[in-house]
Amino acid sequence: MMASSYSAKEEDGHHSGSAGLGGTAIRTRKPDNTAFKQQRLPAWQPILTAGTVLPAFFIIGLIFIPIGIGLFVTSNNIKEFEIDYTGTDMSSPCFNCSQSFSWNSTTPCRCVLFFSLDQPFESNVFMYYGLSNFYQNHRRYVKSRDDSQLNGDERSLKEPSKECEPYRTNENKPIAPCGAIANSMFNDTLDLFYIDPNGTQTQIPFIKKGIAWWTDKHVKFRNPSSSNPNLTAVFIDTAKPVNWRKPVYELDTDPENNGFINEDFIVWMRTAALPTFRKLYRIIQKKNNMTPTLPRGNYSLEVTYNYPVRSFEGRKRMILSTISWMGGKNPFLGIAYITVGSICFFLGVVLLFIHHKYGNRNNSSDIPN
Amino acid sequence: SCCLFLYFISSEERHLRANDREFNLSFKYANNAIKTSKYNVFTFLPLNLFEQFQRLANAYFVFLLILQLIPQISSLSWFTTVVPLLLVLSITLAKDLSDDITRHKNDNHVNNRKVEVLINGELKSEKWMNVQVGDIVKLENNEFVTADLLLLSSSEPLNLIYIETAELDGLVSNRFIKYSISILYISGEVRCEPPNNRLDKFTGTLTMRGETFALDNERILLRGCTLRNTEWCFGLVVFGGPDTKLMQNSGKSVFKRTSIDHLMNVLVMFIFGFLAFMCTILSIGNAIWEYQEGNSFITFLPRADGANASLSAFLTFWSYVIILNTVVPISLYVSVEILRLGNSYFIDWDRKMYHVKSDTPAQARTTTLNEELGQIKYIFSDKTGTLTQNIMTFNRCSINGKSYGEVVDFAGQRVEVTEKTEKIDFSWNSLADSKFCFHDHKLVEAVKSGSPEVRAFFRLLALCHTVMAEEKTEGELFYQAQSPDEGALVTAARNFGFVFRSRTPETISLVEMGVPTTYELLAVLDFNNVRKRMSVIVRSPEGKLTLFCKGADTIIYERLHPSSSKLMEVTTEHLNEYAGEGLRTLALAYKDLDEDEFEKWKERHHEASTSLEDREAKLDTIYEEIEKDLLLLGASAVEDKLQDGVPQTIEQLAKADIKIWVLTGDKQETAENIGYSCNMLREEMKEIFIVAANTAEEVREELKSRLLGKKSQVVEDEKVDGEYGLVINGHSLAFALQKDMQLELLRTACMCQAVICCRVTPLQKAQVVELVKKHKKAVTLAIGDGANDVSMIKTAHIGVGISGQEGMQAVLSSDFSFAQFRYLQRLLLVHGRWSYLRMCKFLRYFFYKNFTFTFVHFWYGFFCGFSAQTVYDEWFITLYNLVYTALPVIGLSIFDQDVNDRWSFQYPQLYAPGQLNQYFSKMAFARILLHSCYSSLVLFFIPWAAMCDTVRDDGKDIADYQSFALLAQTCLLIAVSVQMGLDTYYWTAVNQFFLWGSLSVYFAVTFTMYSNGMYLIFTSSFPFIGTARNSLNQPNVWLTIFLTTILCILPVVAKRFLFIQLKPTINDKVRQAKAVPPPLPRKFPRRRISTRRSGYAFSHARGYGDLVTSGRFLRIPVKSRPALFPHTDTMHTETLDNKITY
Repeated sequence: MMASSYSAKEEDGHHSGSAGLGGTAIRTRKPDNTAFKQQRLPAWQPILTAGTVLPAFFIIGLIFIPIGIGLFVTSNNIKEFEIDYTGTDMSSPCFNCSQSFSWNSTTPCRCVLFFSLDQPFESNVFMYYGLSNFYQNHRRYVKSRDDSQLNGDERSLKEPSKECEPYRTNENKPIAPCGAIANSMFNDTLDLFYIDPNGTQTQIPFIKKGIAWWTDKHVKFRNPSSSNPNLTAVFIDTAKPVNWRKPVYELDTDPENNGFINEDFIVWMRTAALPTFRKLYRIIQKKNNMTPTLPRGNYSLEVTYNYPVRSFEGRKRMILSTISWMGGKNPFLGIAYITVGSICFFLGVVLLFIHHKYGNRNNSSDIPN
Repeated sequence: SCCLFLYFISSEERHLRANDREFNLSFKYANNAIKTSKYNVFTFLPLNLFEQFQRLANAYFVFLLILQLIPQISSLSWFTTVVPLLLVLSITLAKDLSDDITRHKNDNHVNNRKVEVLINGELKSEKWMNVQVGDIVKLENNEFVTADLLLLSSSEPLNLIYIETAELDGLVSNRFIKYSISILYISGEVRCEPPNNRLDKFTGTLTMRGETFALDNERILLRGCTLRNTEWCFGLVVFGGPDTKLMQNSGKSVFKRTSIDHLMNVLVMFIFGFLAFMCTILSIGNAIWEYQEGNSFITFLPRADGANASLSAFLTFWSYVIILNTVVPISLYVSVEILRLGNSYFIDWDRKMYHVKSDTPAQARTTTLNEELGQIKYIFSDKTGTLTQNIMTFNRCSINGKSYGEVVDFAGQRVEVTEKTEKIDFSWNSLADSKFCFHDHKLVEAVKSGSPEVRAFFRLLALCHTVMAEEKTEGELFYQAQSPDEGALVTAARNFGFVFRSRTPETISLVEMGVPTTYELLAVLDFNNVRKRMSVIVRSPEGKLTLFCKGADTIIYERLHPSSSKLMEVTTEHLNEYAGEGLRTLALAYKDLDEDEFEKWKERHHEASTSLEDREAKLDTIYEEIEKDLLLLGASAVEDKLQDGVPQTIEQLAKADIKIWVLTGDKQETAENIGYSCNMLREEMKEIFIVAANTAEEVREELKSRLLGKKSQVVEDEKVDGEYGLVINGHSLAFALQKDMQLELLRTACMCQAVICCRVTPLQKAQVVELVKKHKKAVTLAIGDGANDVSMIKTAHIGVGISGQEGMQAVLSSDFSFAQFRYLQRLLLVHGRWSYLRMCKFLRYFFYKNFTFTFVHFWYGFFCGFSAQTVYDEWFITLYNLVYTALPVIGLSIFDQDVNDRWSFQYPQLYAPGQLNQYFSKMAFARILLHSCYSSLVLFFIPWAAMCDTVRDDGKDIADYQSFALLAQTCLLIAVSVQMGLDTYYWTAVNQFFLWGSLSVYFAVTFTMYSNGMYLIFTSSFPFIGTARNSLNQPNVWLTIFLTTILCILPVVAKRFLFIQLKPTINDKVRQAKAVPPPLPRKFPRRRISTRRSGYAFSHARGYGDLVTSGRFLRIPVKSRPALFPHTDTMHTETLDNKITY
């Protein structure tokens, strides 16, 4: 009669009225009774309870700390030697070379640095050159290249992309490889000599292939008309980059490492993300199991100093490093994992304390009604 | 100038000749075709695109696109902008197209309806759209009215017709009588007002055979009505198609925006500023870099001719505008539309808001306001048709000290009346109304046994009224009652054997217990608001003169003969009981008259009624003379049937801290009565203020006295001890709404738990809503069902229309509609709450993911010489918002629920966060900004530190730009996905699918785009070849991703957990408690109150008294019209809610 006769049941649509008509399918505007339309889809409804959050913190702590220790130890076991040969100091052997730089000088400037390794480098040693304050990631620099040309496209060889400006053409000839990246390719030559205790110098043999990504070497970079082995003929109508001393087809004598597929060139063309970077230069392969790749002792580094960095206060380094499963030496990850793991653990303890002290009053019985 | 003025008038007015198409066509009036569609085949694309580009968001896109076409500035390829722009444009295009197709279909449907038109003296079937102004059309029963017509003639006696004005103003049960001019074929000329949107006014003249007749609204039949109970009628088309009052009314719809929309506009402006700020910092950085480093780096990175540091900084500013554009959430608008649409569909689909009886599902008519439903603070409700069904039922009565109507079991215990309770069988009475139900057998027995008091009681009910009866076929009576109360009482008498059958001005014919009896009607002492009673004086067939009187108990009691005092006491007890149950009571009394006495009185009465001065007052005095020494018969109690579940709904909403104001055109007593019966006003309330003053000063005094007593200082201050109610009438409201008193009114009203405004005009309804909207800064909702509610529905933030009958004006102008008031609680507490929660979660997450994405670029600026180099691959930038994160966030914002609907009902307090804007505000936005800042720092510097000077496990490069980009974007995507997982409360299969699917799509797309094949085909577009293969196989890359993700969510989890532990919100508690099923809904006990309160609430204005006795209504008036529906005696009669007062 009044409000009391109103029942929730009727609202839910389980009304006998329409069912009673049975069979005769009367079209009503009644919405379909599907879980989706009635917003009753089965669902998992996780809540942040002490039972889930606290163990999660402890478990994360317990996982992170060992990983961190593992990473830290691994990183510490990697042997790394770094020497700066920029020559900014008067005392530095390369001081003269760094001062008297000219792109057009025909006689290369050489300098020799001596150093000693306290510990032998057991496994394969990777030799890097490192540059600092070099903005390989500058927008105008990054885009100043023509990937089609580098991929061996004949048209782009003759008509390089506009992105390469102002290193697109020289004396009305297209530059190959065009662009600022290629133009600024690192061109110091580094040689390493082992100095026996008796004074004789032995050159350390380098491997210069296998330093670039496989995909770069075999897919991204290709010489134009790869069927023609004579690169000189292929690049006949092109000019060399302005700063280069020799054209691209004279980068190496090995045809598999010459032209656009020269690995030093490919490595350079993979621009770095940050202004301080290192690039793989050579690999020193381990000869046998008996002798370390680089024994303890004195070494000399002979630099053919071609690459100017003084103008922009850049730095040049030579790095020798072994590697592990996690790459080169970088203690950051290990420390970070240990720290985060500890924080997790600590937070877990704090939250556990808080939960015990205050959490119990949190139950449904005191929901105001 | 006078002539000019006249000319102006005549050019404005409409001039037409019946049946003279040529003449009428010369004026080029609109024909009857309507067009609501916006576009046609050719204009669609250009017009729609033009409209779209006017939107700020799209214009911004175009601006970015132009920037990107400048090579010096372009830091991103053009496709990063074009792809999203095209997507946005095409989605909107598709939506507008489908909307317009629907409108075209509707137009065609309506335009092709057939109607019979009189052409050259013959009736021909014509399509609606071909009907011209000046045509004479013939309508048949149950047909829609074709255009605005001047009524000419009808099949009914007296040329009356009955119409249902459902589509116009929602008056369904009331059938209005309109007068026709009783000629079929006219050759007259009509001059009338130009088209306008006033439904209640029409002025014009009809010139016919040299005579001029005045035309008014009573003779105009409006398009949108339906002809009922009338076989046929003829009408002259006055306004057609777009000129009809219906179309003139529907044109301008108010464009509503939610408070979140407004907040977003503010935030977007802030974000623009913030963007400019970031770009400025970066361009200053660029200037410094170019000056310090760039100058010396020129050997390797030459500058363009004439470029220097300042030009470079300027260009960089715009380059960064392009890169950082993702902070301005353009795609947000599209996503917001999508999720609002989704949530609107859920409202349409909800079976719990579907009304079986009327086959009406709920409908979200506006799909852009959903989240506002979760923030409602004030509800303004109409009464009739909204809270009540506008059905009166005769429920109880007290006759000669005995109360009837209660059902008791054998033990004498009161039994709850339900649908199943046995009804009384009235089959012994062939004239009974089958719809009438009553449950107390004792009353029938009393009538049958011939108890004189009981018989006198029903005789009074059958005689003392102004109802008109209509008998279409023998024994099928239809009562045309002025108020539903009266109809209910006469129907009750009819069923109990005292059938009112017909009346003439001088007689009333009854069938008394099967015996036809005719009473001579000597006088009707009509009802008005001051008298609060009505009487008739009749002469029975036996020649006995009797005065029958019914009216408010307090009034009748004053006029009783002392011999009735004992009966009075008992009856008062009963009256109190009825009043306590919220029934509307009337006391009934009679008096036998002396022939001489009556003759003398009649003379004086005649004198008074013919006097020219002060007639009303004189008549009242005359009436007063004879209405005394009455003998009490008893009292009747009529129930104004509430809609199902109204008291529960009101209680629920009150618990959710939503204030409900009832704005009604009803009289104060009626409104108060309803206030009690639907639990708004309660006997426990400390005090109920009644403001019913006649002058501004009095109103001010009354309001002030309330205020002073309560010491309320500011509008916000609502803390008062105890509960108060406020009842204010329209008269006082008019004064109180004046500028200087508004705030006092608001202050008083806001202290009260319940506010009832009675006798308010539609305009006042809107003013009240406006007042609250303006000064309380709260979200308001107006709910109503009739044309008188349209203004408030349009004014309030959200308008809800009660539907059920087809197409009503309230529904047409509403944003949401459903069939029953009780669905409001589900709309607000469930759908509104969810929509608000979802919208806020969506916004928070959306801003978070975009800010985080963008800030990483900001940090990278410091490491790339501020050169506007992007951190991520361009394709990732293009697809991040469109593909990789689009679906999961939409899934979140469509499916998420913190607690289910049953818990929402169980704890209406869960509604509070919406009202307080807790989930999304400027504060929340600031927190998002900080959170994003933290996340972006982690997402940039952890990969930076991890990759710095690192190499792969074979010694080759991994710190190159491309690998770093891949690492950074993978970290970002995984971190925001995990954050999404944390934000999701309700993991459906769809959510899982979207989240895992999007991540898989990311890896699939990445590997595809970085594959050899893609590179060899589109060399310049996909330079990242091999990056995925070469870096994602590195353990330290994955360890970095893992670390960044954990670092991003760790503080969030810790913070949330801490808050749950230390300051749990009600949501947290309910969510924790969900394991226990909620208890069953409580039963609402029937209230029994003993305080003295009159239940008198007769919803009656001055009656047809004049009419039924004068018989004037049988003539066709020309110059002036009798008051068939005479207006009430207040100053607001013209605009008063016409539905309830009559």
